Amino acid sequence: MAKLKGTGISSVNYPTGMNLGGDPTQALIHMTTTGTFVISLASCDLGQGLKTVLAQIGAETLGVPFENVLIDTGDTDTGPHCMGTFASRTTHRAGNAIIMAAQEARKTMLEIAADELEARPEDMETDGQGFVRVKGSPDRKIHLVNLALAGHFKYGKTVAGRGIFFKPNLGIDPETGKMDPDSTEAHACVMAEVEVDTETGEVKVLKLQSVYEIGRQVNPKLVEGQIKGGSVMGLGHALYESTEPYYPSPEHRPGGFFEYILPLAPDVPEMEIRVLEYPSADGPYGVKGFGEMTANAPIPAIVNAINNALGTEISTHPVTPEIVLQALDAKQSKS
Amino acid sequence: MASKIVTFTLNGRETEVMVKPLTTLAKALREKLGFTATKCGCYEGNCGSCTVIVNGEPVLSCILPVEEVEGQNVLTLEGITPAEGLHPLQQAFHENFAIQCGFCSPGMLMVSKALLDKNPHPTQAEVAEAISGNLCRCTGYDPIIAAVLQVAAGSNGNQGGSHE
Repeated sequence: MAKLKGTGISSVNYPTGMNLGGDPTQALIHMTTTGTFVISLASCDLGQGLKTVLAQIGAETLGVPFENVLIDTGDTDTGPHCMGTFASRTTHRAGNAIIMAAQEARKTMLEIAADELEARPEDMETDGQGFVRVKGSPDRKIHLVNLALAGHFKYGKTVAGRGIFFKPNLGIDPETGKMDPDSTEAHACVMAEVEVDTETGEVKVLKLQSVYEIGRQVNPKLVEGQIKGGSVMGLGHALYESTEPYYPSPEHRPGGFFEYILPLAPDVPEMEIRVLEYPSADGPYGVKGFGEMTANAPIPAIVNAINNALGTEISTHPVTPEIVLQALDAKQSKS
Repeated sequence: MASKIVTFTLNGRETEVMVKPLTTLAKALREKLGFTATKCGCYEGNCGSCTVIVNGEPVLSCILPVEEVEGQNVLTLEGITPAEGLHPLQQAFHENFAIQCGFCSPGMLMVSKALLDKNPHPTQAEVAEAISGNLCRCTGYDPIIAAVLQVAAGSNGNQGGSHE
């Protein structure tokens, strides 16, 4: 009986979104009297930071400070349409919709500024600090609050924009079978190092080294958080988590977190993360979706590492101690 | 059975609450007293999100009958949050991206505070062990451990907030 170490690798291509019925997501933007741009969405933030990155995308396109953007999400009764937060699609879809809406709103914003500054709309530019100014004459400028007041109370204009992401469903070519099921694809490679106790069957993940190619990063700290969190979730899927881990009968399914085992803080391995940026052609500012893949890519790397350590051929997960010991028995009876 | 009045110190103030027997501390805090920072993830003592500090020890308030804290000293997240700004642990969680959905955060903060009060300079393994009764699905724990170690590194011996 021994503690054996092994190394495994995985590589993953991961699609962004899906192409059923156009996969639409809409965004509506309007400017309030105080110069705040409200972006209305039905897309939901699950805690991954969607509201932050979408506000960044909106602020970038409008040319206004991040603080001037308010993301209003989560009410499907009153909001515009969104297919949902799934398939690693929402930054890509809602981001594209926001860019489209923001460009329309920006046009009206610049028209009002031009009227106030007695210049032509095409000569207007934003400084990103809360002002619209005349190109080449930085002193001729108007603050967003004054611009908003002028729009509402002097010109009777609404600064607003409509946006939608829509990918036409082209179906399947009957001759070739060719189709276009997703948008862009992100890529990942994970290397796992594990230690397996051949007496107890327990597996300890020692290290996860991850490389993710995810297009342009909108917010690198949130990207890092997603990869770290996904890595540990993937570790849980690889080693512990199953709705029916030990019994085939549904009534023996886990009823709580003592039976459905999640990774805990002492299970966290050393993690090393690298991010590569190859901007996508169709994502907002080159974004690719990568949220889900962070929990998927570690799983085959960890299972491969276990097989490397033991010389076994386990092809299922979670690799519980029971599975490890069965695989060792099978290997012994073969030899 | 008839309701009874339970008296205890909550975040430094004498507090009375009238409850049915076996009402949990979490339920009394959230539903009777309006202290909703304490979260209940599982209602069976498995997830740690309901952790509060009783007489310096982290306890699971979702399975503790409130009668058990009669005369005791209870500290919740509200009790360590200053009127303005953030507690050093809250600030470190914020800076280290140790919060994603936020549901585990109140319990993580309380269990971390209980640790640092007893052991101001824990090792990484000691922090991991201290929070090992608390589930987090989003962060992978790593940023939470980093946040606690950051506070420990800058520790001035007063992790207390205003209601010690």
